[in-house]
Amino acid sequence: MSKDAIISVEGVFKEYDQAPILERVNLDVTAGTFCTIVGASGCGKSTFLRMLLSQEHPSRGQILMEGHPLPPEPTPDRGIVFQRYSVFPHLTVAENLVLASEIAAAPFTGRLFGSRRKKALTETEALLDRIGLSHAANRYPAQLSGGMQQRLAIAQALVKKPGILLLDEPFGALDPGIKLDMHELLLGLWDEFGMTVFMVTHDIHEAFKLGTRLLVFDKVRHDPQAPEAYGATITYDLPLSDPEMKSGRLPEEIAETIHVPKTALSSGFQTPNPHEERS
Amino acid sequence: MRLINRKPSRTTALMLGLLPFLILIIVYTIASQARLAENPSDRLLPSLQSMANAMEKMAFEPDRRNGELLLWKDTFASLMRIGAGLGISTLLALVIGLTMGTLPYGKAALAPFVAAFSLIPPITILPILFIILGLGEAAKIGLIVVGTAPVMIRSVAQAALDIPRELIIKAETLGASSWQIATRVIVPSVLPAAIMALRIGLIPAWIFLVSAEAIASTEGLGYRIFLVRRYMAMDIILPYVAWITLLAFIMDYLLRVLSRVAFRWKHLEGDSL
Repeated sequence: MSKDAIISVEGVFKEYDQAPILERVNLDVTAGTFCTIVGASGCGKSTFLRMLLSQEHPSRGQILMEGHPLPPEPTPDRGIVFQRYSVFPHLTVAENLVLASEIAAAPFTGRLFGSRRKKALTETEALLDRIGLSHAANRYPAQLSGGMQQRLAIAQALVKKPGILLLDEPFGALDPGIKLDMHELLLGLWDEFGMTVFMVTHDIHEAFKLGTRLLVFDKVRHDPQAPEAYGATITYDLPLSDPEMKSGRLPEEIAETIHVPKTALSSGFQTPNPHEERS
Repeated sequence: MRLINRKPSRTTALMLGLLPFLILIIVYTIASQARLAENPSDRLLPSLQSMANAMEKMAFEPDRRNGELLLWKDTFASLMRIGAGLGISTLLALVIGLTMGTLPYGKAALAPFVAAFSLIPPITILPILFIILGLGEAAKIGLIVVGTAPVMIRSVAQAALDIPRELIIKAETLGASSWQIATRVIVPSVLPAAIMALRIGLIPAWIFLVSAEAIASTEGLGYRIFLVRRYMAMDIILPYVAWITLLAFIMDYLLRVLSRVAFRWKHLEGDSL
């Protein structure tokens, strides 16, 4: 483990009912990294993210955050954005954003009233403006488009100023045009808040475009008689800060290794692996 | 255009909604007239006029024995019982159902018991209630609670379990404690389901109310129906049944409106009954 790592993953294995999902995962991530994670479906990349969140726990090995073992449950120092169900449907946009400060200020009721509530709402106005939802402050999530909901989800996850932001395919359900807007917003916020980002995505081009470091999860050992016998691990760990890496044939090569057809890179559509049949 | 895509206008929808009621009244009137033409003192299908007369007496003429307006006295007694019973059931559903749906320990401790309890046929408890609580109000309210609470508890618990795990985790990452997650996320998410459970509970509640009143009571809508049955007073029974139905309908309607007004976020998508 290196000293300046905000996250250190040490020999992590994860099994469900004896079926290995991840094996021998080792990783050091320095603070401020934008780490994108790709891999075939079911390769355990979302499991890995859930372990970083303490929603799940490693079967073996440990994960350290700033040198200390991760707390056993989700805490405010790690924000999360899911693909769906990321915002509270019973709260308006403004209420969703103000919830974190209400929770911090009122341990028993979890609510603020009168002038304190007004003050808290005023404080979220800048953030509302930043994500372009000022006009929709009093709407419920069901009245927002998918892109607006995800913008709200990202803003809500950043209210507590977490050192680590976890994103689980946050833009997987969005149109390509909306995705580009979201990329801009996310990169802007990353610049502004300086948090460490872990983002799982299906879209390899998105992973190359956004990340400063790309992790590819894949199985290194394959038993054709028992495809479930081995778990996945990190097979590629690419620094992307060098602009050379972002261009060229690399995305296609990665796509090939994780068996995503190049023509369907952004849809996440999967075809059977041709190499498997030969072996 | 396909039939599945053709929608009635508001007036047409209202007319169509009233049509089955109208048909029922017409069919009844024809049948009643046919029987009365054969035998003017027939009691089985009284004319609408005689039912109106009988109800007018029940509603506006003081009873000869105790000088009370029987319809209102019965209505008040029954509504008090059903209100108290459903009130207690709702409270139990929220407290026990939320404990079961929120806390894994609560679920482990309570779910098997509630599941077993909900399988007891409530009416078999009635003699026990009469023996323990006497023949007064407590036994009748108790029967309504026994008959409605288990189902309501289970629907509230299920509604809490159905909340996407993502939302609970999100609340944890915002720093919320278990109590704050319960009060700010789980309770508001579950309240519309609690109202739905209450609406569904109305049906067994009326069944057990009328059963309890029929067996041991001195007032109440169910009591009156079973009392006048001895005289084959269909001119009172039929309007009473219609009146109970109307009361049940109004209660259901008010709860539906309450849900739409209080939980607007829940009714932004999709169709509901």
